[in-house]
Amino acid sequence: MGIQRRFTQTAAARAVIAAIPLAALFYLQAQSKPDFNKDIRPIFETSCYSCHGEKVQSGGLRLDQQASALAHLVGIYPRVAGTGPQQRMPLGAAPLTPAQIGLIKAWVDSGAAWADTATSAVPKKKHWAFVPPVRPAPPTVKNVKWGRNPIDRFVLAKLEAEQVAPSGEAPKATLLRRLSLDLTGLPPSPEEVASFVKDTSPKAWEKQVERLLASPHYGEKWARQWLDGARYADSDGYEKDKPRFVWAYRDYVINAFNKNLPYNQFVSEQLAGDLMPNATQDQKVATGFLRNSMVNEEGGIDPEQFRMEAMYDRMDAVGKNILGVTIQCAQCHNHKYDPLQQEEYYRIFAFLNNSHEGAMAVYTPAEQMKIADILRRTKEIETNLQHRNPTWRDRMAAWGDAAMKVAQPEWTVVKPEVDDISTGGQKYILQEDGSLLAQGYAPTKHTVKLTVKTPLKQVASVRLELLNDPNLPLSGPGRSIRGTGALSEFTLDAAPLGDPTAKAQKIKVASATADINLPESPLDATYADKSNKKRTMGPIQFAIDGVDETAWGHDAGPGQRNVPRKAVFNLAETISNESGSVITFYVKQNAGGWNSDDNQNQNLGRFRISLSSDPKATADPLPMAVREALAVARDKRSPQQEQALFSYYRKTVPEWKDDNSTVEELWKGYPEGSSQLVLNERPSVRETHQLTRGDFLQPGKLVTGGVPSFLNPLPADGPVNRLAFAKWLVSRDAPTTARSYVNRIWLAYFGVGIVETAEDLGTQSSPPSHPELLDWLAVEFMDKGWDVKAIHRLIVNSSTYRQNSVASEELQAKDPYNRLLARGPRFRVDGEIVRDIALAASGLLDEKVGGPSVNPPAPAFLFVPPTSYGPKVWNEAKGSERYRRALYTFRFRSVPYPMLQVFDSPNGEAACVRRSRSNTPLQALTTLNEPMFLETARALAQKTLNEAGAEDTQRLRFMFRRVLSREPSGAEADELLSLVKREQQNFSTAGRDPWKFAANDPEHPPTLAKNVTPAQAAAWTVVSRVLLNLDEAITKE
Amino acid sequence: MTTKLEPVNPIKLSRRWFFEQCGVGLGSAALHSLFAESGYAAQVDPLAPKAPHFAPKAKNVIFLFMAGAPSHLEIFDNKPMLKKFDGTLPPPELLKGYRSAFINPNSKLLGPKFEFKKYGQSGAELTNLVPHLSTIVDDIAIVKGMVTDAFNHAPGQVLMNTGAMQFGRPSMGAWVTYGLGSESRDLPAFVVMSSGKKGPSGGTSCWGSGFLPTVYQGVEFRSAGDPVLYLSNPAGVDSQIQRESLDSIRKMNEIHLGATGDPEIATRINSFEMAFRMQTSAPELMDIAKESKETLELYGAEPGKPSFANNCLLARRLVQRGVRFVQLYHEAWDQHSALVKDITQNCRDTDRAAAALIQDLKRTGLLDSTLVVWGGEFGRTPMVQGGEDGRDHHPNAFTMWMAGGGIKPGITLGESDDLGFNVVKDKVHVHDLHATMLHLLGFEHTRLTYKFQGRPFRLTDVHGQLVPKLLA
Repeated sequence: MGIQRRFTQTAAARAVIAAIPLAALFYLQAQSKPDFNKDIRPIFETSCYSCHGEKVQSGGLRLDQQASALAHLVGIYPRVAGTGPQQRMPLGAAPLTPAQIGLIKAWVDSGAAWADTATSAVPKKKHWAFVPPVRPAPPTVKNVKWGRNPIDRFVLAKLEAEQVAPSGEAPKATLLRRLSLDLTGLPPSPEEVASFVKDTSPKAWEKQVERLLASPHYGEKWARQWLDGARYADSDGYEKDKPRFVWAYRDYVINAFNKNLPYNQFVSEQLAGDLMPNATQDQKVATGFLRNSMVNEEGGIDPEQFRMEAMYDRMDAVGKNILGVTIQCAQCHNHKYDPLQQEEYYRIFAFLNNSHEGAMAVYTPAEQMKIADILRRTKEIETNLQHRNPTWRDRMAAWGDAAMKVAQPEWTVVKPEVDDISTGGQKYILQEDGSLLAQGYAPTKHTVKLTVKTPLKQVASVRLELLNDPNLPLSGPGRSIRGTGALSEFTLDAAPLGDPTAKAQKIKVASATADINLPESPLDATYADKSNKKRTMGPIQFAIDGVDETAWGHDAGPGQRNVPRKAVFNLAETISNESGSVITFYVKQNAGGWNSDDNQNQNLGRFRISLSSDPKATADPLPMAVREALAVARDKRSPQQEQALFSYYRKTVPEWKDDNSTVEELWKGYPEGSSQLVLNERPSVRETHQLTRGDFLQPGKLVTGGVPSFLNPLPADGPVNRLAFAKWLVSRDAPTTARSYVNRIWLAYFGVGIVETAEDLGTQSSPPSHPELLDWLAVEFMDKGWDVKAIHRLIVNSSTYRQNSVASEELQAKDPYNRLLARGPRFRVDGEIVRDIALAASGLLDEKVGGPSVNPPAPAFLFVPPTSYGPKVWNEAKGSERYRRALYTFRFRSVPYPMLQVFDSPNGEAACVRRSRSNTPLQALTTLNEPMFLETARALAQKTLNEAGAEDTQRLRFMFRRVLSREPSGAEADELLSLVKREQQNFSTAGRDPWKFAANDPEHPPTLAKNVTPAQAAAWTVVSRVLLNLDEAITKE
Repeated sequence: MTTKLEPVNPIKLSRRWFFEQCGVGLGSAALHSLFAESGYAAQVDPLAPKAPHFAPKAKNVIFLFMAGAPSHLEIFDNKPMLKKFDGTLPPPELLKGYRSAFINPNSKLLGPKFEFKKYGQSGAELTNLVPHLSTIVDDIAIVKGMVTDAFNHAPGQVLMNTGAMQFGRPSMGAWVTYGLGSESRDLPAFVVMSSGKKGPSGGTSCWGSGFLPTVYQGVEFRSAGDPVLYLSNPAGVDSQIQRESLDSIRKMNEIHLGATGDPEIATRINSFEMAFRMQTSAPELMDIAKESKETLELYGAEPGKPSFANNCLLARRLVQRGVRFVQLYHEAWDQHSALVKDITQNCRDTDRAAAALIQDLKRTGLLDSTLVVWGGEFGRTPMVQGGEDGRDHHPNAFTMWMAGGGIKPGITLGESDDLGFNVVKDKVHVHDLHATMLHLLGFEHTRLTYKFQGRPFRLTDVHGQLVPKLLA
């Protein structure tokens, strides 16, 4: 707006406007009697009806009805002009423009004529974006020579209407750089440019398009845009901001683009992959999209409050990222502008509200093969055993009968009361089965105090069961990143119930048994606590030895660790009280590391305490699943149960020792894998309420899953669940989904979407620059099976895309933001690509795709207090990991990577579908002085000196091709050749060590080609640094 | 508008652009519309000074953020009844619907740990934890009726800074910079510094730009080493080589500006020039050794030794150089235990410098146009946490103080109940604080808006009432 005004207003006009109050000026212009329908109603419609219209009548005023409006007539002008004592209208929005205010005054002064149409309710036309797109016919154009596909017809028709001619095609080298940056986020190599420039075949361009669409870097480039909207980050956010494991989701997105997964499938997997039939690992990992919400594990939080915050965040992400409709407003009240009711918001909410939030183990394809191999070979050995022992079935039956005959002690489950002070900030949430689920902040050392009041007269033994839970890492039963925990000490005291004067007596534990007793082993380095004490894990005796540094552990290794476990403690003396007892347990969990802001806890995740009067009770050696299978009559057992039984039974047979140890060995090779935050549907439905003013403490009426009435209906078939919602989002009659995504693709190519407000296509969105083109693309997208690469192909093959980006002065003046598309796009690339360009140009880029995020160099102080809240681990990558694409840089939400932050990369605190694009001095300081940019400058200089030839002109051309994909002009060559000469002299000054600047490590400078001096290396590093800092270097043009 | 396109003459364009729009852009007082959409190209200098809605009292803000939440009951809010009922349980009706972070709300009351006395002509009550503040009470307004919605640190800090508990909204510094632009040619408009034991719980989101353009986000300065990341020339590069490199970058960019006609290149040229100026101005700014011995002593600042005192002195230097919004964080006031010892230490670390800042701004004539705000994200419970020496988080009542920039000096506003639990008079919600701060800066808080996601957003969201009693 500002810029247009500057171009169009003359100095004289400015002076006039400055001298006369604006409203008065426009009033002078608008003296003639305004027409209600033409002049006034549109103002009311856009600025007033949301509060004074058909739905809402704030202050009793209805501006869509004559009677009401005329009754309030005297107030209207002062309120909108802001001249009275009351708050200016419209509230909370920009004031009306002086022209509009002038019109209203003129209308009031002229008698406030009201056209009849307004009194009878005129059916309002549905907002364009809420009507499913139909394919418009491409318009006819006068210039039939220009243009290659329908996109161009739409663009040209508008240009012809505006009487502007399109620009010619950009030079080939420029075009290939543009295309490479757009499709892969990397510049073309000099060889690729040369071969394209040489290629005169009619399909030369298309060949390049196909080559780049097939590149694995295509997925990386387009994943980044999606990850912005998916608010991807590698840490939890909030105060603790612990690292989290979500890179498997990031890789899923990259692979999905590379495989050209249809967009409808891509979206549904991210919303409900876990609910798909025979869901694959990828489909489950995809639900990480919903889990990218921040997690608050600050001490003293209410986990439900922040689960709700995460829910709002998911709703926001679905709205902005997929629907392209702002739904967030309806969290607290009916949407002011769009027809979304608050109830409808909570009906969508209900679809997402029924999930467990856990983390699953994930394996690379190679690891998955390894696991399949272990399972296959285990099965082979077992089948073989059965073949060799034809009577195995009877023998197993006899063993089972015997096992079932062993009487089990009678256990009474208790529901303890948790002492809030003792939890160290962790929340222990009582479950229906009497167990406690640990959530929220995870202190690395604490002793929780649990009190039970039991009517039991005799308590001689205590059982502690460690249980799985879908909300724990890898289903638990512990809270460590592997889902394991450790029990340092288990102690108790007791007093008679109902006697407040009785002092609790300490009760000694005489002995303990458990269903797993591992040999003593030192704690993993992850859990180092800086104490220098020897700290170990081992058998259950470690929990009653009075030594805090030893703990009972249950980590049976990968593939076998995430199962329920139990221990039984026999008391030295039976607690015997006629009236029952108050027993307090002290569950010490001290096996964590020094930093509770990192993933260093080994807390119990979910556990349950039971009491027995049997002083000799022992821990049942049979796993829960085996006991359950045995309880089923033999002929009723499923083959899986039979198999599970045999797998356990064979281990009890002494003469099968060799086979058993072969299997055991096999399982030692089970891959560790990684983990990924995912969603799992809860079996029982969690109730969803409409929340008054969006406050989770004020639940209103109960709602069920449903969709807004102004959009497409829910598919009629199948259960109404998250999967149905996912299908609804991408159904063929969804009005906004396809439009929203093609618009975002367009935004990435041209710097601005066809609808500028890419996050919102609703009634308050900016009008589309080419509405028919948007609809055509959306329909084409859906009709071609939501084929993302097909849309890319259409865009980059168009003449519109291939225009020169040089702007004439007139064009710059008429269309500063290139909304008409009479020229090619020219703008600074995204932050990640700024870095990738430097890495690629220097030859340092490590092109590896996927894997855990990496830690390139960053100032160490950022990660320690007082800059960061807690100490964070940032082990600077050595070797080629330093030079991975910026997409793989580890993202701490509370400490964004400085280079990326300064170039406008979002930090993942909320969904972002449209980045800012700033141009600041801090960016200049970064590209000039940041260590990585210096490393790239040095590497490029050395590469040049080693490979380009001995002449300075050869060297300069080599550098130009690598950084800018073109040859230098005469003026440019003059400038830089004289610079290199001067700098060579500078660095040759006696006593000066050029390696101080030209080498990453001046003590160990790199080897140079023959006849090349360190001063030359330094001087050429100055030149490469200049080139890498040019506007053109970080710009797509 | 002409429809016939002339052959490209970008050189002409670039010269005009460069000299008219870019070269003098920062100094000119062009009146930009506050309601302009975010530019997808930064062609208009987004930091150019802008006029607010009406004549402002304050031009700059210094916000002393006492992160971790100081106890109002130990410093400002004298509660004899709390002392009297020390060790007893709070009245049950007080706790209805009350949620606390760590403690069972039904914990015993804990009497104040320090003795209160009246100071100054205004007779403001303070404890001896803040002997320096007590000498300037007549220059400040003590606001005892603060309330907030959050009782956990990160959400509380983010609410205090952005007006919302959810992350992703612009911070007040970003709003103010968006509204007023920058007066400084060679320093960022919004500067953040930290001292104390750790960084704020809310992380960089406390000074983020949210959905506003990223140019408005706060820039972190350090009080030791390079004040701004990557400010120094690389090893082995002297100022001559740096200048020659920058000259080359500029010439090359100008050549390309001539060839393409994209004014964005002119902006880039300006960015590099400002970067170069910052390389000189920022170290000069940070060099407090140039201050008089008397001034250093006033603050308790020691050159080269990072501290809250140094940061306060730097805040004055920043404001002097036209920096719009300065925020100093000092963690941590989170006294769940060891209340007496730790709050004494916190006050020892901050009291003298905070008071010195007011005195120094006053004597340099800057206080009238600089709004100073002191406070944390919430208060502390009248109930004890642990044995007898700690308090939990408390959102229902806490105290802040403000000074300068149009604030009425020498007053105490608001009152909490006898236990310091709820506000009973002149309640000031965080949104009201924001509305008042914006008012002092010349903004009607309902009209400083930015359209995002189809609706106009503002710092106070749909809340906020100006607090006229605080105005001079």
